[in-house]
Amino acid sequence: MAEMESVRVAYGRALAEYGAENEDVVVLDADVSASTQSHYFGSKFPNRFFNVGIAEAGMVDVAVGLALGGKVPFVNSFAFLLAFRAAEQIRTCIAYSRVNVKLAAHYAGLSDSFDGPTHQAISDVAAMRGLPEMTVVVPADATEARLAVKAAAEYPGPVYLRLCRNELPVLFDDSHPFQIGKGVTLRRGGDVTLVSTGVMVGRSLEAAEELGRLGIDARVVEMHTVKPLDVELLVEAARETGCIVTAEEHSVIGGLGGAVAEALGERAPVPVVRVGIRDRFAETGPYFDLLDRYGMAVADVVSAARRAIAMKRER
Amino acid sequence: MSASVTPQPAVGRHGHHSEEVILSLEARARAIRRAVVTMVHGAGSGHPGGSLSAADILAALYFHQLRIDPAQPHWEERDRFILSKGHAAPALYAALAMRGFFPESELITLRRLDSRLQGHPDRNKTPGVEMTAGALGHGLPIGAGLALAARLNGATYRTYVLLGDGEIQAGVVWEGAMAAAKYHLDNLTAILDFNGVQLDGMVADIMPLEPVAEKWRSFGWHVLEIDGHNMRQILDALDHAARIHAMPTIIVARTVKGKGVSFMENRSAWHGRAPTQEQYQQAMAELADPEVKHG
Repeated sequence: MAEMESVRVAYGRALAEYGAENEDVVVLDADVSASTQSHYFGSKFPNRFFNVGIAEAGMVDVAVGLALGGKVPFVNSFAFLLAFRAAEQIRTCIAYSRVNVKLAAHYAGLSDSFDGPTHQAISDVAAMRGLPEMTVVVPADATEARLAVKAAAEYPGPVYLRLCRNELPVLFDDSHPFQIGKGVTLRRGGDVTLVSTGVMVGRSLEAAEELGRLGIDARVVEMHTVKPLDVELLVEAARETGCIVTAEEHSVIGGLGGAVAEALGERAPVPVVRVGIRDRFAETGPYFDLLDRYGMAVADVVSAARRAIAMKRER
Repeated sequence: MSASVTPQPAVGRHGHHSEEVILSLEARARAIRRAVVTMVHGAGSGHPGGSLSAADILAALYFHQLRIDPAQPHWEERDRFILSKGHAAPALYAALAMRGFFPESELITLRRLDSRLQGHPDRNKTPGVEMTAGALGHGLPIGAGLALAARLNGATYRTYVLLGDGEIQAGVVWEGAMAAAKYHLDNLTAILDFNGVQLDGMVADIMPLEPVAEKWRSFGWHVLEIDGHNMRQILDALDHAARIHAMPTIIVARTVKGKGVSFMENRSAWHGRAPTQEQYQQAMAELADPEVKHG
């Protein structure tokens, strides 16, 4: 079993550390800094930390003003609140207005598992991905969360950084080549490509091992940037392996699966089977059990791969 | 309870602005109004009512108060003005053009394909437009952020936000109001264009706002109440706001929707509608400068 590390703590510490390097970084939170771990930054740089209370929409607009004044704001709240309560602020004042605000969207997917569906975010990638000018990044482990802080801060323009609440297996070390917009091939293979984000990257690697035992040679591509999508890497994978499985902690509608199907439909049509939540809300429970229950088990990736290969052969 | 609230005396008793300045700004406001009517007539759509109510305030800001340089629209130390009631774009564009940010001849392109003058302000298209607006409720929290940035940067610019009255029915405005008070943003001045009329009817019927001054006071703001068509009161209030320490100021400007065009005044029907040719001619006659009228 791989070492586990908290994604949110890695993010919070990295943000505080990066704050020393870049004095323009300011951080906003809406009364959840103890959850989002933005408190690390807040205690280190109290003058650059603004807790605006339970006011996500207002927080996003205040951040817009700070960005207009030359600052690089990191806005922190739960993913569902940023993507939905503050959706219009994000659309009008960040995306359309092209204002350099970073949205740190915490407790994403099912990762606020015990708080239940009110707090889980399974449609946020769809909402954010639909906005012109928006960049959507989903780190797969604590290392990527750390790397994403600096990458997002130095990336010109809005970024939606989707973060897991939990400890996840550590997949990468700091030499990991993390570049916004560039997918990473983690495992070579010629029979099928597993394209995944977030917690499903680790699970896809496990699924590839399992598939190997079944004589199936699976490629694994980590697509930490859902938008802009690394279409060239995908087209190459589609042409070389002839079928694709997408795996994400999100509804199968509008997230990574949607993005990949859209791109390949136009560039390299091959069977695409989507692993994710099948258009329903989840429930309360332990995180990893919920992932298994709602269609994101390693076994689900394995069976999706077999289905994709069967479809490829039927063509 | 309300008896304990002392109304602010009308400012302007100690006004030091010369009659010449006042007359020139009043003339400028009339010119903005004529441009508004001409632009909306030319475009065949737009929002004349709320543009006309804000014309005097915009004239005061752009031709007297704001520290800006049309030759350098991105000058770091410029005062920031956000038109939060973005539907008053025609009045903003008129003020910007007359102030020299772009040619006045461009005004007639409002709402046309390829025009830099979008239906609502776009910071990326129009020189001098500080922030995109149109969806209501954003300007105040954004202004608070700009004021915070000024403090962090040690910059001396002031931030001004013009709000519509219907607009402050939106909860996010009050989120911004609380943030501005919490951070003691005395470099932020809001102006409320209280014309009493919104798209669907009278503000008092749709969603009453009174007692509006008490609302702002209770949110930690310094409140000034003026006649938003009295140029001397506008100038004095803007000066007064800049002298307040440790709290943001809002100028509640009582105005008339459609001000200056008799058939538009106080009528919600003129919130968003273009005049016919005949109405256009009547409006322009009513908005003519006095010497022309009587000459």
